[in-house]
Amino acid sequence: MNMQSHGVTPERLSNLKRLEAESIHIIREVAAEFSNPVMLYSIGKDSGVMLHLAMKAFYPSKPPFPLLHVDTTWKFREMIRFRDDTAKRLGLDLIVHTNPEGLEKNISPFDHGSSVHTRIMKTEALKQALDKYGFDAAFGGARRDEEKSRAKERVFSFRNANHGWDPKNQRPELWNLYNARVAKGESIRAFPLSNWTELDIWQYILTEDIPMVPLYFAAPRPVVERDGMLIMVDDERMKLQAGETIEEKMVRFRTLGCYPLTGAIESEADTLPAIVREMLIARTSERQGRLIDKDESASMEKKKREGYF
Amino acid sequence: MTIADIHETAEAAVNDYILAQETKDQLRFLTCGSVDDGKSTLIGRLLYDTKLIFEDQLAALERDSRKHGTVGEDIDLALLVDGLEAEREQGITIDVAYRFFATDKRKFIVADTPGHEQYTRNMATGASTADLAVLLVDARNGLMVQTRRHAFIASLLGIRHVVLAINKIDLVGFSQERFEEIRKEFGTFANGFDFETLEAIPMSARYGDNVTAKSDKMSWYSGPTLLEHLEAVEFGEHALEAPFRFPVQWVNRPNLDFRGYSGTIASGRVSVGEELVVAGPAKASRVKTIVGPDGEVPEARAGEAITLTLEDEIDISRGDLLSSTAHRPDVADQFAAHLIWMSDEPLLPGRPYMLKIGARTVTATVSEIKHKINVNTFEHMAGKTLELNEIAFCNFSLSSAVPFDPYEANRTTGAFILIDRISNATVGAGMVWFALRRASNIHWQALEIDKTARSQKLGQKPAVLWFTGLSGSGKSTIASMVEKKLHVDGRQTYTLDGDNVRHGLNKDLGFTDADRVENIRRVGEVAKLFTDAGLITLVSFISPFRSERRMARDLMGEGEFIEVFVDTPIEECRRRDPKGLYAKADRGEIKNFTGIDSPYEAPGNPEIHIRNIDRDPEDVAEEIITYLREKGFLAGFAEDGEGI
Repeated sequence: MNMQSHGVTPERLSNLKRLEAESIHIIREVAAEFSNPVMLYSIGKDSGVMLHLAMKAFYPSKPPFPLLHVDTTWKFREMIRFRDDTAKRLGLDLIVHTNPEGLEKNISPFDHGSSVHTRIMKTEALKQALDKYGFDAAFGGARRDEEKSRAKERVFSFRNANHGWDPKNQRPELWNLYNARVAKGESIRAFPLSNWTELDIWQYILTEDIPMVPLYFAAPRPVVERDGMLIMVDDERMKLQAGETIEEKMVRFRTLGCYPLTGAIESEADTLPAIVREMLIARTSERQGRLIDKDESASMEKKKREGYF
Repeated sequence: MTIADIHETAEAAVNDYILAQETKDQLRFLTCGSVDDGKSTLIGRLLYDTKLIFEDQLAALERDSRKHGTVGEDIDLALLVDGLEAEREQGITIDVAYRFFATDKRKFIVADTPGHEQYTRNMATGASTADLAVLLVDARNGLMVQTRRHAFIASLLGIRHVVLAINKIDLVGFSQERFEEIRKEFGTFANGFDFETLEAIPMSARYGDNVTAKSDKMSWYSGPTLLEHLEAVEFGEHALEAPFRFPVQWVNRPNLDFRGYSGTIASGRVSVGEELVVAGPAKASRVKTIVGPDGEVPEARAGEAITLTLEDEIDISRGDLLSSTAHRPDVADQFAAHLIWMSDEPLLPGRPYMLKIGARTVTATVSEIKHKINVNTFEHMAGKTLELNEIAFCNFSLSSAVPFDPYEANRTTGAFILIDRISNATVGAGMVWFALRRASNIHWQALEIDKTARSQKLGQKPAVLWFTGLSGSGKSTIASMVEKKLHVDGRQTYTLDGDNVRHGLNKDLGFTDADRVENIRRVGEVAKLFTDAGLITLVSFISPFRSERRMARDLMGEGEFIEVFVDTPIEECRRRDPKGLYAKADRGEIKNFTGIDSPYEAPGNPEIHIRNIDRDPEDVAEEIITYLREKGFLAGFAEDGEGI
């Protein structure tokens, strides 16, 4: 023991530095232990932070895995543009997968509802892509503070050969020793941002100056009020219902997904500090902007058992 | 400035606020207590009072309270933290849930773990990453068996800071006398544990007294509230002050000019120019650069994820441990450790498990259970096996020497997990106590003539061709053909044949399952020595069990083990019966004959799969040679991908 240091205030890492180090450790561990990992890139702020951490983890090399985006064809157009720019800017391989059967059947959140759309175009599509390329590990940007059932999610979350999650039979996870052993066909989902909160994410984006999709920042946008949510009219596929009118409002998004399922909030916050400020005084948590969680309070747990992220 | 003031501040002030967040640190703590002590309520209270419960979560909470609530009309704060459907219905927490809240001084990560004895493993899981433990006690009941158990587990897992939360003080009339009584009793009891801080706080989680706000009903109490204490307690000095330890996770090699070793500093500090040593081979070099998350830095400390480059090119790969030269870790293939068993399947001494320590995974067996520990009375008990949630002090024997420190000195380099080799489940968590004498502190002299040098001289890449299959499947015929071809090609080879080895090295072994395991272990070790000598080794053994073939595979270097499954159906083997053994087995003259009354576990994913009914052995041998050529074993020596 170094006795000289006694009595001196220890230089503990700051919250963000400790989170950053932990995430980098997790990302490297997955790359080292699995033969064919992939990073799920959903274009949102959490994905953006995760990707930024992956770039740091392997610098000066590039991350030794591709990015995968499951495209439902209903994402905001700005997201797709940002996705392609990001992959190009960082020089990374990007795999885009869309469920061909869903495409053939013209599955749409408007005609088939959010749960059918999510199951076919997201959950099924994701499983197809993982099977098609034989990925044995997939990084996701989920955080434990997002939702109750996520609070018990492991960092290395084991999935059986059908991509199912069994919440009652999870592997104990101790220290920073992650069990990466899987049999053929089985896989893990790795969550490097498990211990980050929404506030941590925004503070990190601010201090690291990480590029974000402009939709997070307030701007005048054409929106329609539907089921108590402000839905942005992103293309001509959105048909107005009786009594609806398109209004231009100053809005931004707290989370990004399929535009027909993602509610905007009215806001003037058009800079990162303004967003963080809004966060700190927020009275509504971020997932409220998602129609897909509303069905019932345990709906996320159900979706996860079926293989949703 | 507090969060509430943000409302009125201008954007510039928000910027200052965010900058101030960068100095905020993070405390991870564990809450434990029995089911009715109010753990979940306490965490709910902390989340509620720190105003991070958002409106819609609150609305959902009110809805759920009406459905599952146990406190009548009030909001049940516990429902905020009990996550999964099943346990909400049972009204108990069955897993570890992580919760988050923050104040202006710190961010907190709370591991909420169950109190029942059958959930010891979950508490250990939560404790493994915690800086502090909050032990809840119901003021009416005082210290219970589980309070002692939780204190013991917290101490075993190396937690040095404890808060004794004497809860439900409202139900004993806010009695100072009762508080003092419990505090004294716990103090006496906890004397034997290595806690650095022990803070007893009287509180009512349900009504919020002394949780985040000072209670006006206990004027006799002048200590901090729980939150004040959590915000102020100093922790984490040990990892910073301990000698430098750096488990290499990843070798970063973008081009010939950069060879970096990536990992998270387990303890201590490092600076550019400092001399470091690889534990085990004891090769030393100096730090050339340190690349942190934001680029090059002159020094780094415990907890940081960095990449180091060294002055000299020395052979370092994932799993190696870099340390300071002055204070080196132990290096041994045997140690004594505390083990918490986490599986429904009992631990069996002698059975091989995977042991992961740092970035290194090796095969390990428990050679002896010295004693089990009763978690309620701390009595030592004898035991032959370990059941779920039992804790024991055991001797371990590892397939190769690993570097480590005693857990007491280092919570990172002294911790390991055990993984079942067939189910891949995490079945145990261990804390090294000390190296066993026989193996300890042999820092092997770095051999100048090593495997690389030998195989370079031979112009080949060493490999083990492991032929497995039933008796009479044609293993030896094919192996012999392959060896001849290699010999003609100028390669250095050796064949280990089941029958021949059993006449010499293994003549003391029979055919019971235990002897078959030992048979393969010895042959694996011999093959390993030959590989180290640079030879291409052909092993022709029935080797019926998957786990022992895996054991042999794990002995060799990455990519060196080539499993050749000679897949001849038993009917065909029986028809051939070159040694008349099937006939004897059928007559009951041979016991434990593979395929008759002893199982053969076929390889799931062999490198080479020979479906050998009518094929000419010559063709089969050629197929194997082609495989070796394509994989670069015969192309002269090619440097293998470092650590990737």
